[in-house]
Amino acid sequence: MRHVGWIVLATALLLFPLSFNNPYYEQLGSLVLLAAISASAWNLIGGYAGQVSVGNAVFFGAGAYMPMLFYKLWQVSPLLGFPAGIAVSLAIAVVIGIPTLRLSGHYFSMATIAVAELIRIVVSNWGLLGAAIGLTGPATPRGWWDLVFRSSVPYYYMFLAVLLTLLAITYGIQRSRFGYYLRAIRGGERAARSLGVPVSRYKLYAFMLSATFTSLAGSLYVVKFGFIDPGSGFGILVSVNMVLIAALGGAGRLLGPLLGAAILIPLQTETNNLFGGGGTGLTYILYGGIIVLIARFEPGGLLEMWDRRRARRAARRARATESATDAAARGSHAA
Amino acid sequence: MIFLQVIVAGLLIGAVYALFSSGLTLVWGMMNVINFAHGEFVMLGMYVAFWAFTLAHFGVASFSAIAAVVLFMLGVLVYLGLIRNVMRGPMLAQILSTFGLLLVLRYAAFWAFGANFVGLPDGILGPSLNVGGILLSAPKLVAGVVALAVTVGMHLLLTRTMLGSRILAVAEDRNAAMLMGIRPDHMQAIAWGLSGASAGIAGALIATFFPISATVGESLGLIAFVVVTFGGFGSVPGAMIAGLVIGLIESVSAFYVGPEYQDVFVYALFVLVLWVRPRGLMGKA
Repeated sequence: MRHVGWIVLATALLLFPLSFNNPYYEQLGSLVLLAAISASAWNLIGGYAGQVSVGNAVFFGAGAYMPMLFYKLWQVSPLLGFPAGIAVSLAIAVVIGIPTLRLSGHYFSMATIAVAELIRIVVSNWGLLGAAIGLTGPATPRGWWDLVFRSSVPYYYMFLAVLLTLLAITYGIQRSRFGYYLRAIRGGERAARSLGVPVSRYKLYAFMLSATFTSLAGSLYVVKFGFIDPGSGFGILVSVNMVLIAALGGAGRLLGPLLGAAILIPLQTETNNLFGGGGTGLTYILYGGIIVLIARFEPGGLLEMWDRRRARRAARRARATESATDAAARGSHAA
Repeated sequence: MIFLQVIVAGLLIGAVYALFSSGLTLVWGMMNVINFAHGEFVMLGMYVAFWAFTLAHFGVASFSAIAAVVLFMLGVLVYLGLIRNVMRGPMLAQILSTFGLLLVLRYAAFWAFGANFVGLPDGILGPSLNVGGILLSAPKLVAGVVALAVTVGMHLLLTRTMLGSRILAVAEDRNAAMLMGIRPDHMQAIAWGLSGASAGIAGALIATFFPISATVGESLGLIAFVVVTFGGFGSVPGAMIAGLVIGLIESVSAFYVGPEYQDVFVYALFVLVLWVRPRGLMGKA
């Protein structure tokens, strides 16, 4: 039964661009997948390990800038910048992670914000990286390796491949010793440590894995849009978006980020269309309102709410059958 | 002489940082909740001052008081409506709740007041003063001195009065405080109110010399985090020293390296503190 759900989901994702043969939906679909990648990457450190990073934009930005920088300097395919972005991101993850992951949660959140802002300001003033204007990729493709396509469909399948890889890795982690360690850490660091879990080391591993895929999301973003500037790469709202999407669907759940993205990205696109460019303020007010409501009423996200409802219904059904059998038993007794 | 001027200017702005950061450190140390929207509180204090001046021609003293009262109420409201319900939940919920608040406040202000910068008139506190060859702008001098006085007042309130003892008792041990007949809920609401009031006064003081915009809370909020971490969570004296140091670093690096890099030095210091002494100057281990 469980496999049926997976097959249906995978088929739906694979066939989506074919069934909605319309540039608007193709674009929207690819944006949902991209958001799901970065939110799923955040989920590894923020959801599974319970260390709330509010600065994952740093990895997104590194991943987005490197391909464009490689193109600017040596006119090579942006693809070559992907591993460079990951390398930079891993270095940053180690530098932030080693001191702060030793400490309890809030330090880590603060440090991630501070480092993201630090790097945003440096990049905004760095001529090599285009300062406040940012960097642009090849306008016309010289070959497929420039990854410039007019349709959104090739991007859709690229994003889907990365997302499925990430979800498969996450699934594997969930069922492995690594996954149990992370859950133990989230449940209670001191208890985990007393049971012999190498807490700091595993938090760092989770952070590095998160950094790797967030960087990859940034690289994918930049090949799709063809340019990057400090705000859309390192801005604090980029980080917030990842946290929000994962938390809406369900932090620490495999499909939470995908669900969150499937709800929030269309909502964001629609509100932007509705209010126009001047309405960005309203979009964020709406965002903030949703965040506050999740935090206040449903911190486990929509998936947890769904689980609870299903459990309640199952309990009710169990009670119903129980009383039915009771009645039947009494009936047979009387007879 | 110019060096001395840079130092004094840094200390004056640092005193204002110390003021609003002491509010942040109070709730952080007491409830272990980070208020990500603290910079937005300061921003609202600036707008309250601006509108009180523009609509009713209030003077600096009275609009600072109004900002303090308005932000006190906002702080209590945020505690009662939001924080009380999430403070003992998962950490993600705590962080999300004040982050959501940040977005709502910042962009509601953006939407209501527009994207343009506004400001109070330049000469609102009189001309610049020349003190022994050091040129001081009157608003910054007033802001620095008043901020220092209010921060010291807050420290005294916490350490020398019955109310302060009650607040600190709740911070130390909620259950023990309850057994002593203290209502933690009331004390925490008051702490949030005080935190808001500190941001409100600081905002009103900053408004006398700094352009006002809806997004100004971003950098101010980050400065508050750096100050609190540097000073040690929950320590008002720590926040005071750290605020002055951060003001100095900003002022010196803005003058000798360039204003666009002043924040870089502040954040770099922050990362350094986390590496070397994560509990801050005066924090408990």
